[in-house]
Amino acid sequence: MAKFSLFSEESNRSPLSRLWRKFKSNHPALVGLWVFVALTLLAFTAPFIAPYGINQQHGDALLLPPSWHELGDVRFILGTDDLGRDVLSRLMNGATFTFGLSIVAALVTTLIGVVLGTFAGISKGFRSSLLNHLLDITLSIPSLLLAIIIIAVLGPGLLNTVWAIIFALLPQHIHSVRNLVVEELNKDYISAFRLDGASKWQILTRGVLPNIYEHIVVIFTMALSTAILDIAALGFLKLGAQPPTTEWGAILAENLSLIYLAPWTVGLPGVLLFIAVLSTNLVGDGLRQVLKGRKVD
Amino acid sequence: MQPLLKVQALNKSFCTRAGVFKRKHAQVLTDISFCVGQGETLAIIGETGSGKSTLARVLAGADHADKGQILLNGETIEDDGIRCDECRHIRLIFQDPTRSLNPGLTIGDMLDDCLSLNTELTQQQRDKKIKHTLTRVGLLTEHYEYYPHMFSGGQLQRVALARALILDPKVVVLDEALSSLDPSVRAQTVNLLLELQRESGLSYVLITHHLSLVKHMSDQLLVLNKGKVAEYGNTLAIFAEPKSRVMQRLLNV
Repeated sequence: MAKFSLFSEESNRSPLSRLWRKFKSNHPALVGLWVFVALTLLAFTAPFIAPYGINQQHGDALLLPPSWHELGDVRFILGTDDLGRDVLSRLMNGATFTFGLSIVAALVTTLIGVVLGTFAGISKGFRSSLLNHLLDITLSIPSLLLAIIIIAVLGPGLLNTVWAIIFALLPQHIHSVRNLVVEELNKDYISAFRLDGASKWQILTRGVLPNIYEHIVVIFTMALSTAILDIAALGFLKLGAQPPTTEWGAILAENLSLIYLAPWTVGLPGVLLFIAVLSTNLVGDGLRQVLKGRKVD
Repeated sequence: MQPLLKVQALNKSFCTRAGVFKRKHAQVLTDISFCVGQGETLAIIGETGSGKSTLARVLAGADHADKGQILLNGETIEDDGIRCDECRHIRLIFQDPTRSLNPGLTIGDMLDDCLSLNTELTQQQRDKKIKHTLTRVGLLTEHYEYYPHMFSGGQLQRVALARALILDPKVVVLDEALSSLDPSVRAQTVNLLLELQRESGLSYVLITHHLSLVKHMSDQLLVLNKGKVAEYGNTLAIFAEPKSRVMQRLLNV
């Protein structure tokens, strides 16, 4: 018999910690994760740590450039807009709307998607094919277009945007979760578990979910980056958040007329949007690569 | 003597969709009957597609037969496709242990699930039983905390064996369970199986391609051909004097 290493704590790791170890070695993904965490924290704490209120106007400081510019003022690190409002404070508060609400939307989508997807996965026959074909039809419409249609029904507004995004993302979610569940249910260890006498619920919670939750996290990150872009796009199109709400897309739209006069008021929200989507995608991509690597093992 | 496992006129067919409304019936098993005594081994051989694996799944309860009875110790456990669910006395070991063990759970958790689903034991009793079973199949109690990916193929087959044995079954069905192992590990596992059989009077239903393994392990032999019993009897007698065409061809006589 082969010799065992009795005290092999190093290798005695759960699939989750192995995942984390591999993820750590992917540096861009790790940087993405830190930015992601920072943005999440900012989204929750922005109203408390922002130096000024979002609608606080400074009559003496209109259209000030950022402070590193020779005309800038150190009181307003990223400058001010045409009403004398501090750009930094507005952008920090924007994280709550664009990033925070996207997280909420993606979380709700994931939750509903997992429940309905699992249901679709375990149902058979007519019910399953009906659900599938319905989802296939909605999948053929791009999520932003679907969101706009839903907004057209619900009317513009930030909360309606969130609902629209949830409904627009849901079909893909249900579909991917369903595929994962079906794939998992066909595996040998599920039938072995069934032979042990496990009920349907136990098969789902002990057999299927522990083996697909990483995939669900990947789907979540994809949904999140779509949600960020959709919220910002709808805000920019004046269908979502309305000024003076500090949603990044709305800030962009509001200041678009100032682009030659005060480019920082337009450029900075754009840069933030870019960073938010990039970090989310880096994390998602890193996770996907790790998962792919694990399948090769 | 009353045989331990008795199978009577087992029939199984699969329904496949051939067109929009047309269904095609494929008869996989036709009138299979056999008996296995306590501590005996029945080997089932046959060509690919002869229904061996289906038979194994039906025996273990993963599939249901259309017609026929399975009796264990004189009690009917499956009658015309209706199975009493409480019965965990027939356990199946799958062909590929890397796929039949949940990669997300430790070995201990998996065995614990088996026990908690089927017995009324307390946590301490379960732990004790799991550790006992692990040592019984030649693993260490430390393996309780291990995940399936940390084992080699041979060890995994031992884990699968532990999973089958932990409920103290009367019959273990080995569906090509030894085919994926390399010869030396296979020899180890075969010796382990025979030792367990001597100790506790287990019965095996061995489904395999290996004629030498059949000769070494089994007392009785059942040759399947296209879902029908081509030959059934004492292993040595059949090897000495095969009557059916299939067996003659297999033995190159």
